[in-house]
Amino acid sequence: MDYDVIVVGGGLVGVSIAWGLSKCGQRVAIVDEGDLANRAARANFGLVWSSSKGLGSAAYSRWSRTSTANWHQLAAELKAETGIDTGFVQSGGFSIRLTPTELERGIASMAKLAGQPGMDAEGTPPLEYEILDQAETRRRLPLVGETVAGAIFSPLDGHANPLRLFAGFHKALKQRGVHYFPHRKTTAIRHHAGAFEVTGEGWRLGAGKVVLAAGIGNTALAPMLGLSVPLLPSRGQIIVTERLKPFLSHATGYLRQTDEGSVLIGESKEATIDHQRPRGPITAVLAERALRTFPLLRNAKAVRIWAAFRVVTPDGYPIYEQSERFPGAFACACHSGVTLAANHALVLPRQISAGALSEDLSVFHSRRFHVPAAV
Amino acid sequence: MFRRLSDRNETSVSFTFNGVPTMARRGDSVAAALLAAGHCGTRQTPVSGAARGPYCMMGVCFECLVKIDGWPNRQACLTTVLEGMRVETQDGAAVPGQKE
Amino acid sequence: MIRNIQSAADLAPAYDLVVVGAGPAGLSAAVEASAHGLTVLLADENEAPGGQIYRSVERASDADLARMGPDYAAGRMLIERFRRADVSYANRATVWNVGPADEETGAGAHAIEVGISLGGIARPIAAHRVILATGALERPFPFPGWTMPGVMTAGAAQILMKSSGLVPSGRTILAGTGPLLYLLASQLLRAGVSVTAVVDTTPVENWRSALPHLLRFATSPYALKGLKLLLEVQRRTRVIRGVTALEAFGSGQFGALRVHRSNKSLHIEGDLLLLHQGIAPNLNLSLAAGCDYVWDERLAAFRPNVDGRGASSVSGVSIAGDAAGIVGAVASAHQGEFAGLSAALDLNRIGQGVYEQRRAQHAQKLARALRGRTFIDHRFRPGKTFRVPEDDGTIICRCEEITAGKLREVAALGVPGPNQMKAFTRCGMGPCQGRLCGLTAVELLAQCRGVPPGEVGYYRLRPPIKPVTLSELAALPHTEAATIAVAGFVERAHDAAQDATYGSHQ
Repeated sequence: MDYDVIVVGGGLVGVSIAWGLSKCGQRVAIVDEGDLANRAARANFGLVWSSSKGLGSAAYSRWSRTSTANWHQLAAELKAETGIDTGFVQSGGFSIRLTPTELERGIASMAKLAGQPGMDAEGTPPLEYEILDQAETRRRLPLVGETVAGAIFSPLDGHANPLRLFAGFHKALKQRGVHYFPHRKTTAIRHHAGAFEVTGEGWRLGAGKVVLAAGIGNTALAPMLGLSVPLLPSRGQIIVTERLKPFLSHATGYLRQTDEGSVLIGESKEATIDHQRPRGPITAVLAERALRTFPLLRNAKAVRIWAAFRVVTPDGYPIYEQSERFPGAFACACHSGVTLAANHALVLPRQISAGALSEDLSVFHSRRFHVPAAV
Repeated sequence: MFRRLSDRNETSVSFTFNGVPTMARRGDSVAAALLAAGHCGTRQTPVSGAARGPYCMMGVCFECLVKIDGWPNRQACLTTVLEGMRVETQDGAAVPGQKE
Repeated sequence: MIRNIQSAADLAPAYDLVVVGAGPAGLSAAVEASAHGLTVLLADENEAPGGQIYRSVERASDADLARMGPDYAAGRMLIERFRRADVSYANRATVWNVGPADEETGAGAHAIEVGISLGGIARPIAAHRVILATGALERPFPFPGWTMPGVMTAGAAQILMKSSGLVPSGRTILAGTGPLLYLLASQLLRAGVSVTAVVDTTPVENWRSALPHLLRFATSPYALKGLKLLLEVQRRTRVIRGVTALEAFGSGQFGALRVHRSNKSLHIEGDLLLLHQGIAPNLNLSLAAGCDYVWDERLAAFRPNVDGRGASSVSGVSIAGDAAGIVGAVASAHQGEFAGLSAALDLNRIGQGVYEQRRAQHAQKLARALRGRTFIDHRFRPGKTFRVPEDDGTIICRCEEITAGKLREVAALGVPGPNQMKAFTRCGMGPCQGRLCGLTAVELLAQCRGVPPGEVGYYRLRPPIKPVTLSELAALPHTEAATIAVAGFVERAHDAAQDATYGSHQ
């Protein structure tokens, strides 16, 4: 056995878990694809956001809220280890609602969310939010457009620099002696003589445990280990502007200004993964809504537009599971890898090291999708 | 920095650079006009504030960014000088909504 | 007769052929295609046709023509033919996107969509065929101090001379390698400029790989011209050869160049430093369109992968001229002409027989025009230390101010390629989209990993290939499906809003 754990996938989920495992004293290797792999890790918004999540799953709401709270510790530890500042700011987030209908829908959905049983738990920050009418929204965000109908504000939310987070993890891993193998696409995994053998073209590695954190790649690999990661096709597109002088320090649900000054404008949810080319009509809608939100951006220039694939399960909540047939094999698949990075780094690895996921993650097992097979 | 060849006879065009009246010739790009007037540094970078100026003169390097008539981050080498144009140093990142 | 497009409103919604770039390749393509009855739009960013090599030649005086030399004057005829052709010509127009027609808004008749911006208005144009003739740009030339004001490219100096009749007024130093360096030196000297020195960084060992091609070069038109130039320049200014390193100094702007030769160094004062170490294809539009590319070892640059008629890997998109690989002005014109002819064949305006005849003629003309280039490419191939600076403090990404040392530090993390490196450092994220850092970053990473640059790959490029304002983008056509994809539903006057959500993700 070359390693205690092999993590398949070097994106945010993979590196967060690998870092945490290394902190638990595990000998870890990461196998990763190449430079042009589908990398949600390089294609995300940077929100650390929980307030509006979990309509339909109180457990997911709690999981997101604790991860947001744990982000402070993650940021501090990465900074101490690598000197890299992930730019985490939890100054609250505004979910801006452009029209009265959007505002009504938001109010209704937050009420439904808050009213779910199981939303509160010991040690979990309680859900907090405020409904802001047009006047109050303009008071707190003086630069919003006149037609903005209102917003939902939550002090729980914030943002970080996802690329520095990603770079920070990689640097920390290198410093800790975790082996990172790029250009190693995993084609097969099997359990053999008490260990897991992870193989690809011209290479093979063995470990006592394996964690699938390969994003979209998980679907093909999971069945090899008695796991299941069904995913829906989902593409998201984002516009990035030139650097601008700071004008917005808060995160908003679909528009934020990074600490370098560029503005990210998102996001679309298209039920397709046929290509990653930005689409004109999507760009147009994103830009138009951004200008209704912050009219002062009229003449700001887009310097980059990209589209990437999300990791989305059929109900949108994560999959965390351990294989029953092959204990020691785990699967982790989710979107929101930035928000959940803290739990992936600080909570999951202890459980993986100990050989069992905690009971409260059992709601995220993929069996929730399984329709009983016809005989 | 640059001088005009004596056999060129385009008519003069006047514009201002950071408020200072400056002469150019019809057909000059803003970048050429600034260089002719002795300015080889025309912006400060948004990253460190370092001084930069025109480099490639053909629109690929984005070093010659200046404010033109209030519009920030215009490529000076791709913009022709017009009479009365107001050109200013691009000091770092653009201020959103400044030109309204 | 040419149709001048003054504003976005003058643009038709569709053309048979859109040509991007008004240099020799683009002009020739437009002229040829229109002669066979194709509706053609030629879009170019500059005020007047000519690209870089024939810049401002239409309004050049006799004195200008004499100063610049006969190759420049040749552009006049091509532009005159262009002005007489039945082509729509959009000057000061930026093509920021070329790609397959959108799955929703592309009506199905035209395979390709072109995003163009002029006068502050962005428009999508449909086309059956596109020819990218975006030419070349100066290779990056990174060394300590290269970013300070008062350091420019040789091409920049030529542009100033051609378009504005401006020449350096102070002590001018030229540095680098390649025929253009000596051509410029000669042009400046003839204009009375004080050329302090030509600092030649041509690697001494280039002779070895160039030698086998010497005979072909010697019998090409380049040879005699080149020799004359060299002799003239050597006679009139100081030429320093065998240079192994450079450093530029100055407080606020360029003031002096330190030149290293083996273990000796010289200190040369000056007011302007002009750099040139060859040119490389201007890739961004081709790559953003999705065209496959290859590493060209001789050129030490990436170029799009095209076949004999310029067809790229993207159906309907051809690339002609220096944008496909450095071939020079005359060969660019031939390639453009042939690409225009090929478009006419594709759209059934000419028959196969005519095409084959022209193809044979084209092959001959092209071979003649390319004669001697192999020697030039080998002889003046820039040296490794000038392509990948050894000094860690040298800025590689000018836009984001990322140094060689920072890139090396990240390369040591085992990044799989330049895109991951870009994500970790921001190298390539500035407005130039990697035009001035891409080649350096790739070769640096290749060096760190011990693999050929072709294996490392290049930045993944996406439209817009030039910045476009949000208000321009906001005015592009919307669709209901796009609105649902972004807002989750379509707002209606009555209360029957459609809902399309999944999961609970906001």
